[in-house]
Amino acid sequence: MAETLLEVKNLKTEFKRGKKDWITAVNGVSFQVRAGEIVGLVGESGCGKSVTSLSVMRLHSKLNTRLTGEIKFDGKSILDMSEAEMRSIRGNEISMIFQEPMSALDPIMRIENQLTEAISLHNKGLSKQDIHERCVRALKLVGIPEPEMTLRNYPHELSGGMCQRVMIAMAMACEPKLLIADEPTTALDVTIQAQILALMEDIRNKRNTGILLITHDLGVVAETCSRVIVMYAGNIVEEAPVKELFRNPQHPYTKGLIESVPKLGRRVHRLPSIPGSVPDLSVMPEGCRFAPRCKYAQASCAQRPPELVKVGEDHKCACPFHENVRKGA
Amino acid sequence: MADTTTKTPAQGEFASGEELPKAQGRAKEFIKKFLRRKTAVLGFIVIIAILVLAVIGPMITPYDPNAYDYSAILAGPSAAHIWGTDEFGRDVFSRIIAGTQLSIGTALTATLLGTAGGVVLGLMAGFFGGILDSIVMRICDVMFAFPSILLAIAIVAIIGPGITNIMIGLAVFTVPSFARIIRGAVLEVRGELYVEVAKSIGCSSARTMFVHVFPGTMQALIVNFTMNIGGAILSASSLSFLGFGASVTQAEWGAILSQGRNYLAIAPHLVLFPGLVIFITVLAFNLFGDGLRDTLDPKLN
Amino acid sequence: MGKYVVKRVLSMIPLMFVVSIIVFLFIRLIPGDPARMIGGPTATAGEIAAIRSQLGLDQPLIPQFVQWLGGIFQGDLGHSFTNNTSVVELLAPRLPITMYLTICSITWSVILGVIIGVVAAVNRGRALDLIGMLIAIAGISLPNFWLGLQLMQIFAVNLRLLPTGGLTDWTGYILPSVAMGAGIMCILARVTRSSMIENLGKDYIRTARAKGLPESRVIMVHAFKNSSIDIITVTALQIGALIAGSVVVETVFSIPGLGRLLVDSIGFRDYEVVQALILFFSFEYMAINLIADVLYGIINPRVRYE
Repeated sequence: MAETLLEVKNLKTEFKRGKKDWITAVNGVSFQVRAGEIVGLVGESGCGKSVTSLSVMRLHSKLNTRLTGEIKFDGKSILDMSEAEMRSIRGNEISMIFQEPMSALDPIMRIENQLTEAISLHNKGLSKQDIHERCVRALKLVGIPEPEMTLRNYPHELSGGMCQRVMIAMAMACEPKLLIADEPTTALDVTIQAQILALMEDIRNKRNTGILLITHDLGVVAETCSRVIVMYAGNIVEEAPVKELFRNPQHPYTKGLIESVPKLGRRVHRLPSIPGSVPDLSVMPEGCRFAPRCKYAQASCAQRPPELVKVGEDHKCACPFHENVRKGA
Repeated sequence: MADTTTKTPAQGEFASGEELPKAQGRAKEFIKKFLRRKTAVLGFIVIIAILVLAVIGPMITPYDPNAYDYSAILAGPSAAHIWGTDEFGRDVFSRIIAGTQLSIGTALTATLLGTAGGVVLGLMAGFFGGILDSIVMRICDVMFAFPSILLAIAIVAIIGPGITNIMIGLAVFTVPSFARIIRGAVLEVRGELYVEVAKSIGCSSARTMFVHVFPGTMQALIVNFTMNIGGAILSASSLSFLGFGASVTQAEWGAILSQGRNYLAIAPHLVLFPGLVIFITVLAFNLFGDGLRDTLDPKLN
Repeated sequence: MGKYVVKRVLSMIPLMFVVSIIVFLFIRLIPGDPARMIGGPTATAGEIAAIRSQLGLDQPLIPQFVQWLGGIFQGDLGHSFTNNTSVVELLAPRLPITMYLTICSITWSVILGVIIGVVAAVNRGRALDLIGMLIAIAGISLPNFWLGLQLMQIFAVNLRLLPTGGLTDWTGYILPSVAMGAGIMCILARVTRSSMIENLGKDYIRTARAKGLPESRVIMVHAFKNSSIDIITVTALQIGALIAGSVVVETVFSIPGLGRLLVDSIGFRDYEVVQALILFFSFEYMAINLIADVLYGIINPRVRYE
């Protein structure tokens, strides 16, 4: 098995809302990402998946955020690093790309300067010529046909798909070991989506980069990922290899998610959906957070939160009644 | 002001996203949010106090504000005259209290007139668009080409000094900025679904404009109106200070100060107190306006 | 870029033309007979007729306007009856004084205002922010003539550190430029703060941090450069307030500049001087806004290509 790049153990992210008033956005999650692996992190908006990824990068404002637990990257503990050490990792060993490529680039800076900024920061002593060449190479890697021209452009002169390519080029410019992609295709057209996903797979193959792909789109997961983590309301509810998850979902939430995706060539009168909505962070149910919406819920579910336990080879699930779910009873 | 918000259509001014079913609930929500801003509440209290003073001021002055007393000329603050006396022995405190009406009245009237003009022009420009819009906006451009109160100064230079003329000058100077603000607000509101609906069910232009579009611009109007009063008080007192406004015999804050500056070295209280009163009044309007803006439209902050 | 500048300059010409028409009509709008007002109650009918023909008031409007506009292009701004000199001669020695005062005021107030705004935005919600914003709102509520008089009272009358007025040497500029700039500093502090807060919340700031850039670079290069677009626009608009401020402050400190000349000329009903000054001030203001527009285009690439 490949080396573990990122190991998150019992991560808890809390935001300050008032004096001594903290709300928990991520409630003790644990997972791993290995080199050369694309891991999908799936869930509805507000389930804490983006908060988790920003926690790994320590990009939340220090003023109102509390991170506890353990995040190990390449054997080093991220939460114990100084701000300077953390900066030398960001953009260098761990990179990140975001949902809205158009707004994620500085509107009044040429692409070349934005790329140069990332490269020269982590590679001191490169000559101007070297940096320029690396910019060109970075754009070529992401399949931009005329890199010299694109380098001179401003973001508003490029399409959304091009901007996302530039973002990926910028993220990959320092050859990071881990790439965190936060909904990289959500804002793009379907055809462009497929291109960007193919590009990410291509980069993984060439560079053996570990990729944490955050998305709410199960189609994207099925197409790209090797392993999937499902989050609900700040908790991980299920984790499994992608085929296993789609074939054999064990958690009622996962099952609901998969059933609610329309499938081609199958005629349905009404798509199944999960009743209710994600509870507000400040009024979380005591026990299992999904229990109020769960058709398999029993009295005991409301008492204490379920633990994520092994239910098969590489398959974990946080539901004590997963047998019932699997049988569909 | 809480009442006016209730007329405002839901445009997400309550960032919390709570959909309060009744207008009353939204007014309550607004008041609750506003009360949380302590500086704005303080500003509001001061404004109320000043408005009360403007009404009852002349009746409660300790001395006749225009009575000469040659036994106490340019006297400093004392128990008898807490803010001292001027070069004719008139009680400064009494003159300032009595002058509230004129000073606030000038600024308020000028702002009201200017706002009314600006609202009408802005509504028409934004609502009808086309040539009318271009003409109104070009007129505004021309008026904006004159720096700040210079337009008001020019108007006063033409029609001569005096409080009424200052009022006219400041009102004209206020028109273009309100025309622009309201036009912008109308353009935003015009695209909203409820206006489309009103048009589609056959409301007349005038009805659509005043019943459906105008209320949508209320928020921008209220905030800018409040902020503008503070500015108008400053401008009016500047013009009076330059000698274009109230005459020396009139008790008006800017005029009192202007007269007092001749005695700066021997009677600094003649400048200190009227200026302080202008400052506190303008500050109150600005604090209140800031608070209103933050409460009505959190995204502006 | 060159195209953009040319376009901006060309769009300014009609506006300048309309403004000069309005300023031209200025004397003609005066209720009553301007010649009689200039001449005063003791003037004879012959003297008034002479004034009328000197002002060109005995001709129809359009030839008058053409003549007036032609005069301006040849550097003839009219005649001052009070001083019995040409307006240009009256303006020439006063212009550098007002310019110097304006430049001093704008320089310190923009620098300090922007610093306060950035510091407040970076420390949003903390003590520094609250103090900064309290100072700012107090500053925009201060009447500049009163501030000038209080400064004069403290530093000139009581402490005898600086002159009460006039311009014997450079120390004479200190108090006036403080009084003129204070309001602008406070407005810029507020604008800078809100613009910085808005820009610091943008996605590209998160990207910049994710690149590993130090916070100082994130703030200064990414957020501040974007905010400078707003800052330039507002500064140019505030020049208007500064011109009006020079009128007041020059009066307070008895400075022989253009602003003081305007107040005096209005008092003496010296209308050709008033006319020339209002034309000058509005053209100056338009020119500064044009420069700001060009700067705006240099910093903001999105504008240039539209």
